[in-house]
Amino acid sequence: MKLHQKRLLYAGLIVLLVVIWIFYAANGPQTTAVLAGTVRAATLLALGAMCGMIGERSGVVNIGIEGQFLLSAFAAFTVASMTSSLFLGTIAGIGMGLLMGWMLAAMAVGLKVDQIIAGTVLNIAALGLTSFFYDRSRSLGVGKYTNIDLGPLADIPLVGTVLFSRPPLTYLTMALLIVVHVALFRSVWGMRTRAIGEHPGAADTVGIDVLRLRYFNVTIAGGLAGLGGAYLALEAVGTFSRAMSGGRGFLALAVMIFGRRTPFGAYAAALFFGFTTALQNQFQLNNTFDIPPQFVGMLPFIVTILVVALSGLIGSMRDPAALGQTYEKG
Amino acid sequence: MSEILLGAHDVSKRFPGVLANNQVSLQLERGRILALLGENGAGKSTLVNILFGMYRPDEGHVIIKGERVDLRGPDDAISRGIGMVHQHFQLVPPMRVVENIVLGAEPVLRGLVDLGEARRRVIELSRRYGLEIDPDAVVEDLPVGMQQRVEILKALYRNADVLIMDEPTGVLTPQEADHLLGVLRELTQTGLGVVFITHKLREVLAVADDIVVLRNGEVVGQTTPAETSENGLAEMMVGRSVMLRVDKSVAEPGDVVLELEKLSVEDDRGQIALNEVSFEVREGEILGVAGVEGNGQRELVEAITGLRGLSSGLMKIGSDEFTSGSTRQIAEKGVAHIPEDREKHGLIGVYSLEENSVLNRYHRKPFSLRGFLRRDVIKRHAEGVVDEFDVRTPSTSVPASSLSGGNKQKLIVGREFSDDIDLLVAAQPTRGIDIGAIEFIHRRILDQRDKGTAVLLVSAELDEILGLSDRIAVLYDGELMDVLDAEDSNREKIGLLMAGITDSKSSA
Repeated sequence: MKLHQKRLLYAGLIVLLVVIWIFYAANGPQTTAVLAGTVRAATLLALGAMCGMIGERSGVVNIGIEGQFLLSAFAAFTVASMTSSLFLGTIAGIGMGLLMGWMLAAMAVGLKVDQIIAGTVLNIAALGLTSFFYDRSRSLGVGKYTNIDLGPLADIPLVGTVLFSRPPLTYLTMALLIVVHVALFRSVWGMRTRAIGEHPGAADTVGIDVLRLRYFNVTIAGGLAGLGGAYLALEAVGTFSRAMSGGRGFLALAVMIFGRRTPFGAYAAALFFGFTTALQNQFQLNNTFDIPPQFVGMLPFIVTILVVALSGLIGSMRDPAALGQTYEKG
Repeated sequence: MSEILLGAHDVSKRFPGVLANNQVSLQLERGRILALLGENGAGKSTLVNILFGMYRPDEGHVIIKGERVDLRGPDDAISRGIGMVHQHFQLVPPMRVVENIVLGAEPVLRGLVDLGEARRRVIELSRRYGLEIDPDAVVEDLPVGMQQRVEILKALYRNADVLIMDEPTGVLTPQEADHLLGVLRELTQTGLGVVFITHKLREVLAVADDIVVLRNGEVVGQTTPAETSENGLAEMMVGRSVMLRVDKSVAEPGDVVLELEKLSVEDDRGQIALNEVSFEVREGEILGVAGVEGNGQRELVEAITGLRGLSSGLMKIGSDEFTSGSTRQIAEKGVAHIPEDREKHGLIGVYSLEENSVLNRYHRKPFSLRGFLRRDVIKRHAEGVVDEFDVRTPSTSVPASSLSGGNKQKLIVGREFSDDIDLLVAAQPTRGIDIGAIEFIHRRILDQRDKGTAVLLVSAELDEILGLSDRIAVLYDGELMDVLDAEDSNREKIGLLMAGITDSKSSA
């Protein structure tokens, strides 16, 4: 990031904090509710965006995140309700995500199927399978993940509620942001991953097994989407319902692009999109506007369209050069 | 005899339908430069890929440091001290120099890439071999010569004893090329061996200790610069005596056919690729455009042929002015185009030779009537082109993609020349084709000139420019450096202009 961009970023942050403080002074409970909702919505988007960026950084487009969310949520919910263990449910969600990541890798990397088609297959399969096996009578006997207060930090007004009194998977996601950032930009794995997404031929000539690394990355990334599914069923909502991912897998891709395929950038973008979702919820709850709720519900998606269109104008980061291409040796 | 660093022993490699290498043997000794010479398709690439572990030989074996080895892949070759600098650089453009050099063999500290250590090692290497480089520069911002240096350092970082250089001078100015040859010389002083692959005879004679010539997958000659000459080498490469210089008469320029006035053009990314370029081409003369590739030549050709819009300036063809025009409008003015990329812009691979032979005028009489193609007329036309331009093909109904590079090019030339033309725009007309076809195409271009056609010849091969042109324009970074008369120009003069150095600048 260039210096003037950094200054702009800091200036923006300060303005944002001031605005939040003013709102908090004016209406404490509602501001707290909106910001808490922001973080809640952002968690799922951040997980999906990290899944997408690990794939795209290695040159594989994953538009199957939506399906990965949905089927993982289903697996997490089913296992949790059968075993009465949220932990086992979470593990099942991650496992399902890994399995679907592996399936995407097998199609897109192994069999060299067009990546968009492979991702679409996942989405359709997930919707079909979950609708077929969905059992209305099942419920989560043990309830969903509850908030954990981080000691005295949780008592800070506003900030404490928004950041330090959250359920466990939200904390885990925040930690994963740091892990993925360090891994992508500082580790040997990350350097090689970025290389195979930009110029697989160059990586090949220095002895990096391009196809194997892509296979591995797409599979592992699926685990992140799987965690997203578990989060959705076991922490955010507490049940499973048909098509409950509701387009957020695709929204995660927009978040990833807007965040320039970096974890922190994606989280900032996820907070922004999460904010529109939370605001929309709050409007509907309070009947702020006298218009049909469906229109208020469109808010996050209208903002998505505007932001993605605008980011194209501003000139966002260019894609990894080998994105979407299968790699042939030689 | 000193140690054999790298060798091939009776190596054969078959691909479906071709025997790419037939019992090829060669030996590279420590501290020597071995030039591997041959035409396109002679089997150089196959041999090099075998030496670097990309392919496995069907018969025979590779020798590294006197030992018979069975390479399992490039990483195996690398770990045995073989380094390769590919013709198309294998660098990750948005990454920094240091990252590119250590990629795949990264120093590690507590699980993370130790960039500090990497930087130290790169600086140490570049000092030891006198290859100055900024380790933190981003590769895509570097000029081509520097990128090549990164490639060499990449090999040295992996403790290479052997450097395989695949057509390393194709993208360099003559001075940069000479500098590279000097660098390679110095590297051999430290005990390295170099395999130098090229089709440029001059460089072979200048730098090689040993020369191996390949033709049709076989070694047809082993010699040294002292024992041979450019003509001798060319004869070995082609298998018969060849004319390296085309005989040409003095040009008799007539009226101006193409006139450019302060022409500016943008490239695909919207950057200025050609900045206020003005020149003219007359009837009966060849204007050669010299320059290292990527200095605006492609955009110039595309602008003149209507493939790319002008951002400002004016273009005059005959008496018609163009500020924008479709390719067809321009072609109708008698402009023929031999495009740089014959696969992409010259031919449609899945179409037959017949269809390809009328691509520029299928819509006109006599080739079509009331919207229907007249297959019989087109077939006769194609047969005429194939005959006259010596296109080697079993029939005119086979797809164009089945032809060899040289024959594809002859088909394009035949198509473009079988109409009455006033202006010929020829971009890299002999790239990647055999010497026989090159001779033929050069002869035909000169014939066109003698018939009074104005010719704009764009080529990255300086020898081609010097051999054919009556006047020579030099492009550097989108600017027209100068237009010289062919008699007053020589390799050094043009080379300096290609590097952006004018007399006024160098004396300042």
